[in-house]
Amino acid sequence: MGMTITEKILAKAAGKSRVTPGESVWLSVDVLMTHDVCGPPTIDIWKREFGPEAKIWDKEKLVIFPDHYIFTANTHAIANVAKLRDFAKEYDLPNYYDPGTERYKGVCHMALAEEGYNVPGTVLFGTDSHTCTSGAFGMFSTGVGNSDAAFILGTGKIWEKVPESMLFWFDGEIPPYLTAKDMILQIIGDITTDGATYRAMEFAGPGVMSLPISERMTLTNMAIEAGGMNGIIEADELTEAYVKARTDKSYELFKSDPDATYHSKYSYDLSKMEPMVAKPHSPDNKDTVRNVQGTKLTKCYIGSCTGGKLEDFQFAAKLLFGQTVKTPTYIVPASTWVDQQLDVETVNGVSLREIFVKAGCTIGESSCAACLGGPSDTFGRAQDDEVIISTTNRNFPGRMGSKKSAVYLASALTVAASAIHGVITDPRDVM
Amino acid sequence: MEKVITGKAFVLGDKIDTDQIIPAEHLVYSLSDPEEKKKYGYYAFSGVPLPESGLPMGHKPFIKGDNYQSEYAIIIGGGNFGCGSSREHAPFALQVAGVKAVIAESYARIFYRNCVDGGFLIPYEGFEKLNDKIKTGDDLEIDISANLVKNLTTGDEFLLKPLGSVVSIIEAGDLFEYARKTGMIAKG
Ligand code: SF4
Repeated sequence: MGMTITEKILAKAAGKSRVTPGESVWLSVDVLMTHDVCGPPTIDIWKREFGPEAKIWDKEKLVIFPDHYIFTANTHAIANVAKLRDFAKEYDLPNYYDPGTERYKGVCHMALAEEGYNVPGTVLFGTDSHTCTSGAFGMFSTGVGNSDAAFILGTGKIWEKVPESMLFWFDGEIPPYLTAKDMILQIIGDITTDGATYRAMEFAGPGVMSLPISERMTLTNMAIEAGGMNGIIEADELTEAYVKARTDKSYELFKSDPDATYHSKYSYDLSKMEPMVAKPHSPDNKDTVRNVQGTKLTKCYIGSCTGGKLEDFQFAAKLLFGQTVKTPTYIVPASTWVDQQLDVETVNGVSLREIFVKAGCTIGESSCAACLGGPSDTFGRAQDDEVIISTTNRNFPGRMGSKKSAVYLASALTVAASAIHGVITDPRDVM
Repeated sequence: MEKVITGKAFVLGDKIDTDQIIPAEHLVYSLSDPEEKKKYGYYAFSGVPLPESGLPMGHKPFIKGDNYQSEYAIIIGGGNFGCGSSREHAPFALQVAGVKAVIAESYARIFYRNCVDGGFLIPYEGFEKLNDKIKTGDDLEIDISANLVKNLTTGDEFLLKPLGSVVSIIEAGDLFEYARKTGMIAKG
């Protein structure tokens, strides 16, 4: 009997020739990632449990990206980053990316890719639920809490229950008005927020493999919104080129066997799909943009590890070129690299940054910003009973900062189209 | 591990995500400082919209006034309890508030792992939906060896799903104690 890509990678990390869904295995971890919210408590647990002699299992494999609460005057948040900085100094950590310096990168999931930590065939754990993003590189990646992370920090090992896999197959080519965000919102709406709990979500087919890397990352990023343990896409030449340009670590390419067993299979024809939204207050509350068009908005938001990547801003800039936004529109590049690219990349000879500024958008500094609300002085944070359309990944009550606000999740194309009209707008109406 | 858990029920709906359990803006407090960590109890479930807080009537705050401990020790939830972020602050906040167990229809993976590996509370699953059969304020008794919850207020009894493979970690206390017991890491 064949195995899925997820099973093969887990078998390798468990030192076994094969694993079966449902079985608990101990894995050797290739990378542990943490950030400013979960890093400090992870360090505290590690010190408490491993005592004064506590040793980091492998400094090269520990990566710390402060990214959540960076541009705030909140003293607790500042103290958390200081704690990480001291820790990195004390242990002479090679992979600490300090805010306020050239090394600062922005949102961890984007930075993991850009800095060459995403390596096909490896196993990556992170203290963040969207760690599943890295699965776009043909690897196993998932989120864990602080205790699990502290355990990995001291041992390099963690237990995991081998997940059953679900296959999401896409045929056809993606039309210009559709993005990976529409694909994943459709899936989450179809299977609901717990439709993939404890399972692997494998995205495949010509419609997936024709997507650029950052769009593939949008698919795997939101696997957790369906409860998925991991999202995964086989690596191809595009992945290999991306990885080789950033690291000389060796990698191994795994593919699902044709006779692998899946919990379920879903198939979609991209030419028949529609721009989608997730209505308040859940990522599975799906509808077509057409069905909610005209909904009055108070804020538009393009940012986060889901919708603040370079492709997202290229989508938005195509529509915002020569336009003025009717609703306050906030732009947050996921990483400092993406931020720099806003000056490099152009539409009709004009830089993305200039297009956004001329359209009246406000551009913030790379970080998680209002994606998760954050301290009261956070850029773009939801206030009171606002109605927001956003390229982020969660719209649970209060997620963006106000319990009374209503958040629609959508693609960068739909958010840009909506910004132009001040009401929810189908991108096809402004293209 | 305790054999019997008793306490008053606090009943919630489906999809209680970690932002409702502990809103992101409060994640800045230290989890180790004895005074600061009380804030996690104080803000536990503060993200739940009031009409859904303490079902079936709602409008029952989980924490009263300036307290950091709740009068409720057992949470009755619906499907996909603890979905959303990976923050271990969520089961931690419930533990600080005095919660001993959650009984839900189903859990999100990371929250479930955090409850078990961090040793914060016991995450039970019911065989049926219980958040429409138990009311906030009912006196409950969980018999752990029998996987049974008794509603002392109404006399109802419901079987719970056995804890399965994680029971050895729950019995040990947390993942670290389990690893010490089994020789994976050195005894502290
Ligand atoms: S951008 Fe949002 S979803 Fe991504 S890591 Fe930051 S808070 Fe989490």
